[in-house]
Amino acid sequence: MGKQTPLYDEHVAAGGKLVDFAGWDMPINYGSQIEEHHTVRKAAGMFDVSHMAVVDLTGERVGDYLRYLLANNVERLKDKGKALYSCMLNESGGVIDDLIVYYLQADYYRMVVNAGTRDKDLAWLEQHAAAFSVKVQERPELAMIAIQGPAARAKVFEVLSDGARAVAEPLKPFYGAFAEGDWFIARTGYTGEDGFEIILPAGDAPAFWQQLKAAGVRPTGLGARDTLRLEAGMNLYGSDMDETTSPLESALAWTVAWDPQDRDFIGRQALEQQRGQGAGHKLVGLLLEDKGVLRNHQKVVIENDGEGEITSGSFSPTLQRAIAFARVPSETGATCQVEVRGKRLSARVVKPPFVRNGKAQIEL
Amino acid sequence: MSNIPVDLKYAKTHEWARLNKDGSVTVGISDSAQDQLGDMVFVELPEAGQEVVAEEACAVVESVKAASDVYAPISGEVVEVNEALADSPETVNQDAFGAGWIFRLQPAAAADLDGLMDAEAYEAFLATEAH
Repeated sequence: MGKQTPLYDEHVAAGGKLVDFAGWDMPINYGSQIEEHHTVRKAAGMFDVSHMAVVDLTGERVGDYLRYLLANNVERLKDKGKALYSCMLNESGGVIDDLIVYYLQADYYRMVVNAGTRDKDLAWLEQHAAAFSVKVQERPELAMIAIQGPAARAKVFEVLSDGARAVAEPLKPFYGAFAEGDWFIARTGYTGEDGFEIILPAGDAPAFWQQLKAAGVRPTGLGARDTLRLEAGMNLYGSDMDETTSPLESALAWTVAWDPQDRDFIGRQALEQQRGQGAGHKLVGLLLEDKGVLRNHQKVVIENDGEGEITSGSFSPTLQRAIAFARVPSETGATCQVEVRGKRLSARVVKPPFVRNGKAQIEL
Repeated sequence: MSNIPVDLKYAKTHEWARLNKDGSVTVGISDSAQDQLGDMVFVELPEAGQEVVAEEACAVVESVKAASDVYAPISGEVVEVNEALADSPETVNQDAFGAGWIFRLQPAAAADLDGLMDAEAYEAFLATEAH
């Protein structure tokens, strides 16, 4: 028996197939992963992401702390409520975790980190907090629900209180704001669709979930969450990058803020060195030309240029084709082959995302 | 509990086998197996004429979640494969014991079917696996 989120009973009642995810009992699907996937692309689905850790960071020097701790630069956050996606690196430039950080006030930021990396993230945050007199406060009493899809915002507006709705409606993409009763509403997500991620007190979560369900928002499991984020070209920590790979080898160079050049952040020196020498590897998208399914850890063979490996592979319900991310030698060109059960299948190297806002972004 | 037809035989690896009037045996995966695997997105079929050996993998069903081997419940020669699954692998989910059949074989020895479980034994086997 793993840990249970405040929505555990809702998952059981909805027929969710529960699996272990980072020590939590989480729904992989509620019947059909593919139908759930399509519902998010065409209408609205909701995910229980309460297993992720919400961490509040406060103190006068919290901005300096985050400028030192993160590869992306929180100075880019000029407006209150603005969110930033960043990697948190170790000294050798490896990725400890990828995360979202919201700028709330000069002395208050909120961070959302992965469930599987919670313990080491908190230890790392604490380890560096003292030098900046920053207080690191996890918020395990909060739940988190992501509502995603072209109809997601309208459905959420239907069920929010008037006060919360007044906060949610004007939110621009990648902004979050507090509503009454410790609710935090953010226009962010992990699917490539519009929608919200709502952080709310655990006690409020079941009733809100039921209201959303009554409004026609479909409970969607972690299975569809994975195929949706893969189609959307979004990395998964632990599969596509980890402490042994840098952002430069993980298609995350865009999240590294090199300027200003005098900003010292953990891992900078190692990244600078790697940038100078060339990373050697890159993370690319693959589209399988032959029939079959791409899976994590399958071997990728590049003619005359060595080998690589699939880091995330699956079947794309939207494209009806197998797609993947693969870490391959930097010289890799437009095509490669993937070894599947002893056979070599042809794949095309493409630039993710595969799908955004319900539409294919690559030619089939 | 999923429906388990009484006229079929079952392997511990969750294949079913049906003895046809012409002596051939049709093979598929059980409803319980498809339910565990989830939405099918690809089926790698054996080839007609291929010799298969009992308890050895001879086909693959891939759901959106994972790839899973299909084992020959008994030895024999593949005489027909369900080509329709190439375009509609979801048929395995929709009708595992019927239109979702995977291949038909001519058994090396029809008596080998006696070594498989009947519906009652398979249901009991599923119950033990659930724990």
